[in-house]
Amino acid sequence: MSKARPQELACKELVELLTEFLDGALDESSRTQVEQHLVWCPGCTEYLRQFRATIGATRKLSEEDLPQRVRENLLDAFRHWRHGS
Amino acid sequence: MPDEARGGALALLSAEDRALVERLRAGDERTFLAMVEKSHRTMVRVALGYVSSEAVAEEVVQEAWIGILQGLDKFEGRCPLRAWMFRILVNCAKLRGSREARSVPFSALESENTEGEKRPIESFRPPDDPRWPGHWAQGPDRWADERLADAEALVRVKAEIEKLPPNQRQVITLRDIEDWDSAEVCETLQISEANQRVLLHRARTKVRQALAGWAAEGAP
Repeated sequence: MSKARPQELACKELVELLTEFLDGALDESSRTQVEQHLVWCPGCTEYLRQFRATIGATRKLSEEDLPQRVRENLLDAFRHWRHGS
Repeated sequence: MPDEARGGALALLSAEDRALVERLRAGDERTFLAMVEKSHRTMVRVALGYVSSEAVAEEVVQEAWIGILQGLDKFEGRCPLRAWMFRILVNCAKLRGSREARSVPFSALESENTEGEKRPIESFRPPDDPRWPGHWAQGPDRWADERLADAEALVRVKAEIEKLPPNQRQVITLRDIEDWDSAEVCETLQISEANQRVLLHRARTKVRQALAGWAAEGAP
C-alpha cells in the first residue's frame, strides 16, 4: 500500500470533481468521499462556495442587452420573411 | 382549416412552444424580438465553436435566423422549438466552418488560446508530501461576497469567457449562462456527457480563477 488512506480524497482531487458533484453525476462512493472531505476541510468548503458563486455570477450574463443594430437587422429580416411568404 | 394548411400540427409541442410558433407564423414582431433578445448572444457563442471570428459568427447567426424563419412554416414540432433552432444554427456554423477551414490557416483558429494560463493564487502540497500529499498548501482566500454583486464581476466573467477555447465557451454558455440541462447541451453540440462535464469544469475553473484575486480583496 503506497497510500496510507486510499479511500481519502486529496484537496487537489476534490476540486476536480466539483462539476460532477454539483451535477449529481458522481457515483455513490465518490459522492460520499466528497461530502466527508467537505466536513473537515475549510479550504475545500471555501473553494466549493466560490465555485458556486462563480456559476451564479456567470448566470447573470444572460441578462445582457443586445445592440440595437442587431435587433433592427433581424427585425428587417423578419418583416421581409413575412411579406415574402 | 387555415392552421393545418400553414404547417405541421405541432401536437407534440409544449403549449408554450406551440403558442410561440403560432405567433411567429402570424408575423408577431414582439414575439420574434423577444426570441432574438433571449437567444442571439447564446447563438453567437455557440457558433464561435465552429468558425474563426466573432464577425463570422454574427453572420452565421444571421443566416441561422433566416433559416429558422424559412423553416418555420414547415416545422412539425417533433422536438422542442429551441432544440430545432439550435440544430439549424449548428448546421449553419459547421458548414461555414468547414468552408473556412479551407481558406483560413489553422493557426488563426487556435490563436485565441495560446496565451499562458494564469498562475493559481492557491496551491497544493506536492504528491510526495509526507503527511498531506495533494492537500492545500495555500488554500483559497475568502471572497468578499458583496464584490460578486458588483458590475465589475460581470465584466471579468465575460472577458474570461471570451478568452476560453471555443468548445469550453460553448458549454459554459449553454450550461451556466443559459441554464440548459446537461442532456440538452450534449444533444445540441453532439458531445458525450463526460466530455461535456470536462469542458464545463475547465471553463468554470478558469472563470473562478479570473475572479479569485479580485474577489478576495477586502474580504474579512
